[in-house]
Amino acid sequence: MSAEQSPKIVIVDESPIRAAILQEGLREAGFTQVVHINEMQSLLARIYAVDPDIILIDLENPSRDVLEAMFQVSRAVKRPIAMFVDQSDSASIQASVEAGVSAYIVDGLKKERIKPILDLCVSRFNAFAKLQEELERTKSQLEDRKVIERAKGILMKVKGLNEDEAYVLLRSTAMREKKKIGEIAQSIITASEMLK
Amino acid sequence: MTPPLRIGFIPLVDAAALIVAVDKGFAAAEGLEVELVREVSWSNVRDKLNIGLFDAAHLLAPVAIASSLGLGHVKVPIAAPFNLGINGNAITVSPALHAALMEEIDGDRFDPMVTAKALAKVVAKRRKAGAEPLTFGMTFPFSTHNYQLRFWMAAGGVDPDEDVRLVVLPPPYMVDSLKSGHVDAFCVGAPWNSIAVDLGIGHILHFVSDILVRAAEKVLAVRQVWAEKNPDTVAALVRAAVNAAAFIEDPDNRTEAARILAQPERIGVDAEVIQRTLTGRLKISPDGTIRESGRYLLVGREEAGRPDPVQAAWLYAQMVRWGQTALSPEGVKTAMAVFRSDLYDAALGRRPPEQPPVPFGAFAGPTFDPDNIRSHLEAFEVGRWKA
Repeated sequence: MSAEQSPKIVIVDESPIRAAILQEGLREAGFTQVVHINEMQSLLARIYAVDPDIILIDLENPSRDVLEAMFQVSRAVKRPIAMFVDQSDSASIQASVEAGVSAYIVDGLKKERIKPILDLCVSRFNAFAKLQEELERTKSQLEDRKVIERAKGILMKVKGLNEDEAYVLLRSTAMREKKKIGEIAQSIITASEMLK
Repeated sequence: MTPPLRIGFIPLVDAAALIVAVDKGFAAAEGLEVELVREVSWSNVRDKLNIGLFDAAHLLAPVAIASSLGLGHVKVPIAAPFNLGINGNAITVSPALHAALMEEIDGDRFDPMVTAKALAKVVAKRRKAGAEPLTFGMTFPFSTHNYQLRFWMAAGGVDPDEDVRLVVLPPPYMVDSLKSGHVDAFCVGAPWNSIAVDLGIGHILHFVSDILVRAAEKVLAVRQVWAEKNPDTVAALVRAAVNAAAFIEDPDNRTEAARILAQPERIGVDAEVIQRTLTGRLKISPDGTIRESGRYLLVGREEAGRPDPVQAAWLYAQMVRWGQTALSPEGVKTAMAVFRSDLYDAALGRRPPEQPPVPFGAFAGPTFDPDNIRSHLEAFEVGRWKA
């Protein structure tokens, strides 16, 4: 794909990591003109300056409403034909909204050319979401471990148990109450602080 | 028990009936299990409703109409069986613009015609001095805020597309933008006006009830095809909302309602600020001046919950006036069909009321007649519509 043929793509995303993942993916797929905007204050001015064919925006970005206004009133930017290429293509619309990406296509771009971009974005967004989830899980596991250690210490002191016995008590209580060990541990800490 | 419903909302006080319906158990009492999903933009709420990720949503009344007409987006017919709020917005101006307006004012400063004329003078002076045009923030191209600002300033002779700049800002960005001087004024719902006043960076110039006595603001929206497939669920939702609205309007419950709405996962601001809106007793200036109005936000009083198709026709007329769509008989019909007073009446098992609701009471222009939108529009000097 030559530079002339490659559509100009703007990525509006406040997460630099996700934007980088997306940018890289688009470049690998042969799209050479990709610009990332993370400044929300001067969003419109920057979009006017780039004059993109396609705008990709993170769904959780409140500035989506600002973009909608641009398409309503702007004379500088051509009107988008649709937010999604084809109203009847509901599966791909749903996939992209669920993944958290929204694409605006500026007039004049053929449907066949936007579909691979949208598909690529959806898979990249999903990959990012998975990464994020793993990070959260690791974080909460670490957090849990700290809480469990503290709760074990309290049980050992108050009930005169050894470390293994304290852990067994925590685990069996969690199983009986159908809760996570971390939650039981947290309630022990809370209770002991209240009883101080 | 029906399957759980997913309902989207934006953290604003006029989502009150919806939030209270869920959090106070009125929805559960109707056999509904509801998950409320907080959203960041109207585009998001609209899209997720349109593609079926939401069963229902707290939506700007004009967005429901635009969606049904296919304006600005794909066409998805919407049904609004409940009106979540009447009025509720305010126009807030920066201290500098407030001072400039007060200098030009000739008459009652709560009279919108007086302030609109003062605005025209300020605009003319700035132009003469070579200053940048004033910038006004509002929430969405298809929003009551957009139309209310335009209706007000145009009455004083200010052309909203030529003499000033109107920009869209997400509500949580309004206050910062006023503070940084990015905008000189804004029109938005609660709690943002009060927050600007509390920070000492804004004056509430008008409650929208000064401009229009009765203006439909947000609706509870569902897809029309969904409403047809799930009539019992729609009816149960309407009853839950009606009961919640009645609960909120009882002065004895105001504190509790404000506390429910203030929760961090709901609106997430001080309960006291929310209560001001519900009681219509607002601090309008940083010096502590209080203004009270029984019409600030109507949730359950005066049949506020019953959708009024005439209100939909008025909103459609504004879209035509400002060039967002062309006037057509089908357009009027489609717009009016969004506001489903029939579903509301059916849910409550009652006949339509014999008395029509209180009229708009617009401060300028002729009485609105949905059967004659053309002559209504012709009465206004400023506008973008093509005959």
